[in-house]
Amino acid sequence: MISWILLMFLYLSVPAHLSENPPKRTVEVTASSRHYVDRLFDLDPQKVLQGVIDMKNAVIGNNKQKANLIVLGAVPRLLYLLQQETSSTELRTECAVVLGSLAMGTENNVKSLLDCHIIPALLQGLLSPDLKFIEACLRCLRTIFISPVTPEDLLYTDATVISHLMALLSRSRYTQEYICQIFSHCCKLQHWHSCGFKSLPQPLLCANGPDHQTILFNHGAVQNIAHLLVSTSYKVRMQALKCFSVLAFENPQVSMTLVNVSVDGELLPQIFVKMLQRDKPIEMQLTSAKCLTSMCRAGAIRTDDSCIVLKTLPCLVRMCSKERLLEERVEGAETLAYLIETDVELQRIASITDHLIVMLADYFKYPSSVSAITDIKRLDHDLKHAHELRQAAFKLYASLGANDEDIRKKIIETENMMDRIVNGLSESSIKVRLAAVRCLHSLSRSVQQLRTSFQDHAVWKPLMKVLQNAPNEMLVVASSTLCNLLLEFSPSKEPILESGAIELLCSLTQSENLALRVNGIWALMNMAFQAEQKIKSDILRGLSTEQLFQLLSDSDVNVLMKTLGLLRNLLSTRPHIDHIMSTHGKQIMQAVTLILEGEHNIEVKEQTLCILANIADGTTAKELIMTNDDILQKIKYYMSHSNAKLQLAAMFCISNLIWNEEEGSQERQDKLRDMGIVDILHKLSQSSDPNLCDKAKTALQQYLA
Amino acid sequence: MNVGNTSPDSLCQPNSGVCVGSWALSGCGCCRSCLRCRDILVTTAGKWNRAGGPPPPLGAPPPPSRLGEEAEEDEEKEEKEEEEEEEELRGRARRRGGARREPAPVLALRPPRFRPARLGSARPGLHRPLRAARAPPGAAMSGQQQQQQQQQPQPQPPPPLPGAAAAAAAPPPGLPAAASPGPAAALLLHPPPATAAPPPPPPAGSSGGGPSAPGGGGAGAAVGLPAAGGVPAPFPHGDPALNEQEKELKRRLKRLYPAVDEQETPLPRSWSPKDKFSYIGLSQNNLRVHYKGHGKTPKDAASVRATHPIPAACGIYYFEVKIVSKGRDGYMGIGLSAQGVNMNRLPGWDKHSYGYHGDDGHSFCSSGTGQPYGPTFTTGDVIGCCVNLINNTCFYTKNGHSLGIAFTDLPPNLYPTVGLQTPGEVVDANFGQHPFVFDIEDYMREWRTKIQAQIDRFPIGDREGEWQTMIQKMVSSYLVHHGYCATAEAFARSTDQTVLEELASIKNRQRIQKLVLAGRMGEAIETTQQLYPSLLERNPNLLFALKVRQFIEMVNGTDSEVRCLGGHSPKSQDSYPVSPRSFSSPSMSPSHGMNIHNLATGKGSSTHFSGFESSCSNGVISNKAHQSYCHSKHTTTSLNVPELNNINVSRSQQVNSYSSNDVDMETDHYSNGVAETSSNGFLNGSSKHDHEMEECDTEMEVDSSQLRRQLCGGSQAAIERMIHFGRELQAMSEQLRRECGKNTANKKMLKDAFSLLAYSDPWSSPVGNQLDPIQREPVCSVLNSAILETHNLPKQPPLALAMGQASQCLGLMARSGIGSCAFATVEDYLH
Repeated sequence: MISWILLMFLYLSVPAHLSENPPKRTVEVTASSRHYVDRLFDLDPQKVLQGVIDMKNAVIGNNKQKANLIVLGAVPRLLYLLQQETSSTELRTECAVVLGSLAMGTENNVKSLLDCHIIPALLQGLLSPDLKFIEACLRCLRTIFISPVTPEDLLYTDATVISHLMALLSRSRYTQEYICQIFSHCCKLQHWHSCGFKSLPQPLLCANGPDHQTILFNHGAVQNIAHLLVSTSYKVRMQALKCFSVLAFENPQVSMTLVNVSVDGELLPQIFVKMLQRDKPIEMQLTSAKCLTSMCRAGAIRTDDSCIVLKTLPCLVRMCSKERLLEERVEGAETLAYLIETDVELQRIASITDHLIVMLADYFKYPSSVSAITDIKRLDHDLKHAHELRQAAFKLYASLGANDEDIRKKIIETENMMDRIVNGLSESSIKVRLAAVRCLHSLSRSVQQLRTSFQDHAVWKPLMKVLQNAPNEMLVVASSTLCNLLLEFSPSKEPILESGAIELLCSLTQSENLALRVNGIWALMNMAFQAEQKIKSDILRGLSTEQLFQLLSDSDVNVLMKTLGLLRNLLSTRPHIDHIMSTHGKQIMQAVTLILEGEHNIEVKEQTLCILANIADGTTAKELIMTNDDILQKIKYYMSHSNAKLQLAAMFCISNLIWNEEEGSQERQDKLRDMGIVDILHKLSQSSDPNLCDKAKTALQQYLA
Repeated sequence: MNVGNTSPDSLCQPNSGVCVGSWALSGCGCCRSCLRCRDILVTTAGKWNRAGGPPPPLGAPPPPSRLGEEAEEDEEKEEKEEEEEEEELRGRARRRGGARREPAPVLALRPPRFRPARLGSARPGLHRPLRAARAPPGAAMSGQQQQQQQQQPQPQPPPPLPGAAAAAAAPPPGLPAAASPGPAAALLLHPPPATAAPPPPPPAGSSGGGPSAPGGGGAGAAVGLPAAGGVPAPFPHGDPALNEQEKELKRRLKRLYPAVDEQETPLPRSWSPKDKFSYIGLSQNNLRVHYKGHGKTPKDAASVRATHPIPAACGIYYFEVKIVSKGRDGYMGIGLSAQGVNMNRLPGWDKHSYGYHGDDGHSFCSSGTGQPYGPTFTTGDVIGCCVNLINNTCFYTKNGHSLGIAFTDLPPNLYPTVGLQTPGEVVDANFGQHPFVFDIEDYMREWRTKIQAQIDRFPIGDREGEWQTMIQKMVSSYLVHHGYCATAEAFARSTDQTVLEELASIKNRQRIQKLVLAGRMGEAIETTQQLYPSLLERNPNLLFALKVRQFIEMVNGTDSEVRCLGGHSPKSQDSYPVSPRSFSSPSMSPSHGMNIHNLATGKGSSTHFSGFESSCSNGVISNKAHQSYCHSKHTTTSLNVPELNNINVSRSQQVNSYSSNDVDMETDHYSNGVAETSSNGFLNGSSKHDHEMEECDTEMEVDSSQLRRQLCGGSQAAIERMIHFGRELQAMSEQLRRECGKNTANKKMLKDAFSLLAYSDPWSSPVGNQLDPIQREPVCSVLNSAILETHNLPKQPPLALAMGQASQCLGLMARSGIGSCAFATVEDYLH
């Protein structure tokens, strides 16, 4: 079969060669190419022109010829002729056309052209008054800039270039098309990560100054390009639309501007909605859906606006259907995932629209078994897109299941879903792994799933593997998932601990990355909840007291809260309290004092008082408080605090200290009475807050007994 | 009998906004096109002799079968008397300076078929012409049955009107006093432009369909009532809000399902009070459904179907149901079922029944067990059901969101169905009464694009050039058929085609056609007999048709026999552009196509004229013609004012001032040589709006108005000749009947033609459109086809045949349940 295909290729390619070159070997081919190059050096400008025109005809569609000419040094000569003021406009135009043709070839061709500094020469050419020449230069620039090997920054090296391009936008439909295309390819986000959408807004300033979006925006891109959306030429409309989809992506500034721009009395969102109509080309529907999605995520359009709920969302769901091309399905799913990521209502609508959840299952069926050998081309195509499809599906599942338990249940009930996630976690493509972890994370928010399918499929194993030597981005999501898996009721907790999670998590708490620190300590906190003595000791040992104090002085309140939570979880059940306090009592008391004295919010202080209450529950640990007058004064202070939560927490402390049945309770009661605690308790028992009132009464009863 | 008097009251008042309809004039200039005015006048005037003394004996009408013959016998007798009377009247009219307007009886031809109906109704004149207004002349044959139906539901005339109406219908003969009721009645009956008498909507077969209550009072109702719809009005005309809703429904259905012929396959508009289980209660015009059973077990389930099944020609069909209340348990099913499926069940449980249930969100596909399908639904939700008749699938929507395909391989002819099962459940249906929550039109757009792409991509011709050659042949044959010989020759030369027919033959045909179209029927018949000796002998019906036309042209004053008597200059008599054929320009070609239409269905071949009826009633095409006509109107007017002036100054004896105008233009076109085709549309237009032109130029004509249209060109001798000819015709008709048996088409034709004489001004009479030069076209076409047939050439050009075939095919698709016909119309491809 393969040989047959090869024969076909031969059959197809031979006549083409025959027609262009005489049936000779490569040497002759090169020789004929040399002839073309030689003619560029002719003294007669007319002959040079004819030579360039002949060369143009020779290279069209002939990659080999292109490569030959580049090797033979045609490019510098062409550039020279193009830049020469003495050259006729016609010659210069033809040169630009030939260069554009060369750029159409392989990536290597583009690299060679870049090496010859073609971009400045072409940009210079744009200053010419001749429209034909300008169009040829733009066309060549377009071809070069859309190549992945061209650094986008080359467009921004000279500040005047952008404004000149903006001015050229009015010249002809070709300048419009090419310029829009250049913009949309040269407006990459600096922090654009190829494997996922970001959750945080793009910082407006980057290391190299303003980002591309802002530069273009500041040059009036929105106003200059908006009216092209209603151009009569489809290509211009399409390129303008693409330009906006890139400009508005994660850019609130652009998005906010776009909603208020109107063309011919119609607001841009309305124009975009028109482009979403089902009889429009798919490319147009998809791109305008992306524009609207960006505008919605930037807050420029409400998520309950009908143009999102009834137009954009259904359009994106349609893009995921089997009828669409694989590329379109990938883009549709990714955009939809981004659109609904944070809005539960949109997630709910998407989940019922056109059986999306079932539809997505189909994304995992590539390359399909049918296509294996019978259709090589298709297999190749499928293979190329298989990863993209899988990661897109995972991302969309992650977004769908982010908030709603019913949707999560539906996702997990999809055929082989957990197997697919587990396989996804160990795929070679990092993009797929990351997306699979995201999906797992989203699903791990379900208590029921943690107990059932997660356990059945031992997802912790691949997850732990993913965590090894993973890049931060992956670690963030994976450790968040781990947090959920380490919850007390999760059956995965044990095996995860056994596979060395403590060390891993402790090392995460030392990370520079804030999210990782939070996740690390969070996971530890979950792990310590109602854990056995050994685990607690392991955590304490793994973390080391220095690190613990480090975390307690962390600038991030989240880290602080989770660390306090960890402490609180560690200090539970009496034997554990006594044990830990006997070893770390001094440091802990210091830390507590420090926090109670510091400038912290209510929640932090409440958490700290709860730690004290836990300590007060210990048998021996009680003494650490009773002997510390400073702390006792603080407790007394918080009993009269204006915040009921803090009062309650302080009362827990007191209550634990004066509890009757315990040894030495009489002395403690006396000491606290001397401090005036009983008076406060009497006052509190009159409180309007039923919780406080109850608690105070119970405490007073201890005195009576 | 000069009735063209321009006394002030008979003129339109420009800018008055109200059509001061005049009895005598053909229309008034206040309406943009006097077509409408004419139509309205037609409606007010009644077609049959109304002035010839008291109506014919009203006694017990003889059995219909005998009616016609008796009537004809009567006619013979009456004719002579009435001729004398006419003479007298004419003289009087002259003496009075043309003040009278009431029709002068000439021949008393009664329409036996209509007599009973007419007698039964107080205002025959108001009823009958409806058809005339809607269907262009000569279209009565197939319309008759309809017509009688139409008359039934018509409301009785409102109290204030009968007097005037009666006056209009039968003014006392010969009384000068009768002059005033005429215009007055016309005025009264003239409805306000906004509400009534919509310019006869291009019928497109069905547009009548609905019960569209014509606004306004009785007059408006009578005048504007559209052709009979298959669907009776669900609401009384009294409630304006409901009428409004009805109108919106009609408008929306028309927009959503333009391909549906509602006469053949009405659309569902409400739930059927007959096709439901007893536990179902209906209210709010049968749109609201509530449960009134016990609702204890599934055995208490109850369903209701819509009034009609979903026609395949919808392509995509959609309806919505709003859950007003979920009742006790919310066991509601929304879906589809075939006729006869048990109604004591929820949709989906039985064979040929499909449903989506609210309590569990499952879909039931002819089975008692459901499949997980979508979300549950409850009070406040709007559930939509969309049937795709192209791929026979169905999907539901909830609150405007598509839920995905629920059923595939659906059978045809399903009815929208809802089922309820527990007390308190109430749902409202929306079959198009209100805007839909789901954007169904967007979905339809997608499918229209798909179907059209499929058509565009249809593989054509396996061998290179074959397709092109075929197209060229079709074009060439079309040109030859209609006798564009120069164009055909040039085309054949440039495309290497051979013309099958000899050039001489084409030219002969062209000559005859020219004569026919110029109204010179006598010469046309003579020439035909010369060139094709046996043709008319073998084809007596054709000869008869030609003769009838000749009679009409005599009345018109254009036929050669009359013309020479009338002493007019031949040129100004030619009221029709002597062009090879404007009739056949693409935008005007429906008649060809529709002739084929009839042939293809195998019903119309017996009569030539039945073909024209359908052609005329074809909405879209006549619509187009109308447009082109409007367009050309302006051109003509602006072009020819100087010429008109010129002619008026010279006071040549014109029958119609516009006619000479046309001739002048025509000459220009001839000088252009090959440019004949390009002139077609233009000539077409100009020929159609004769009256309009006239009105536009009233001012200029004031002093020459005396010379305007006169019977037979105004010559006494010509009138006698015409009357003599009429008798011959009558004799011929009788002979024909003896030889070939009864021919209703012929009879009707003759009757219509004779009716012209019943009016003092035949041109503006209800039957006056026979005189319209455009009416020469059908005759011309039939004659042309007959000649071609003798040459063993196709009676119809392949192009027209293909077009007819395509339209037929679409109709056939609709009947066979192939939904894609909804998104492909022949018109889409005729530019």
